[in-house]
Amino acid sequence: MISLKLVRRIAARPSIVFDALTTPDGIVHWWGPDDGPVLIAETDVRVGGRFRVRFRMRDGSEHESSGEYLEIRRPERLAMSWRWRGDEDAANESRLEFDLRTVPGGTELTLTHSALASEETRRSHEHGWSGALDKLVRHFQATATTEEKTP
Amino acid sequence: MVNYQARLDHTFAALVDPTRRAILARLEREDAATVSELARPFAIKLPAVMKHLDVLDEAGLITRSKSGRTVTVRLRAEPIREAVAWLRRYERFWSASLDRLAAYAEQKEAAARKKEGQR
Repeated sequence: MISLKLVRRIAARPSIVFDALTTPDGIVHWWGPDDGPVLIAETDVRVGGRFRVRFRMRDGSEHESSGEYLEIRRPERLAMSWRWRGDEDAANESRLEFDLRTVPGGTELTLTHSALASEETRRSHEHGWSGALDKLVRHFQATATTEEKTP
Repeated sequence: MVNYQARLDHTFAALVDPTRRAILARLEREDAATVSELARPFAIKLPAVMKHLDVLDEAGLITRSKSGRTVTVRLRAEPIREAVAWLRRYERFWSASLDRLAAYAEQKEAAARKKEGQR
């Protein structure tokens, strides 16, 4: 299992952060790897409900991901499945989790995005690669933590 | 068990250094590179780069193959390449998204406080 963990401090209360994560109104303001526009944002925030977000990057390419809400505990926890449109391979489905913790001055947000183990990765574990992969994951987490923003 | 522990130590030591991380990220993007190509972006001498490559090799993260005077370096295995690509992709996506999420939520918070103050 490969997983990315990012931690951010945000100077806003958890309920405000939670709503920014789950409402179309909020999502259009932040979703995507650059400042290109969000074209579609749909959410049905209940366990078993789905979300769908489509965005355009500055290079003109459009991308869409969707998934199912798996866990909803406003304002402290949100979990959903994640799949890119055009990638129908169920093995590439990943899992996304947000944990929001009240801290002085606002919220500590922890994002965890985990890939389900692919056949290749599983085989590599059998061959003893897991140590190297674990360390890679930890390195990326360390990088992300250094970039953590303090309000 | 001893071997497993030793390998973890090697891998950990290999990834602590930013030059070695940069080398790995480059090998993930480009299929293979020669030692002198890898050395070029860094303000360090070739022998120092060779030392970094020794560490990555011992940690099992790269392979080196020699042909004449040219040494070609590759990421060791497909799973490592896959993992690096996956992490890089999502780290970029989420770091940028979370920056804007924070800015948006902080604006909302300021507006909410103003409203509460007026009550």
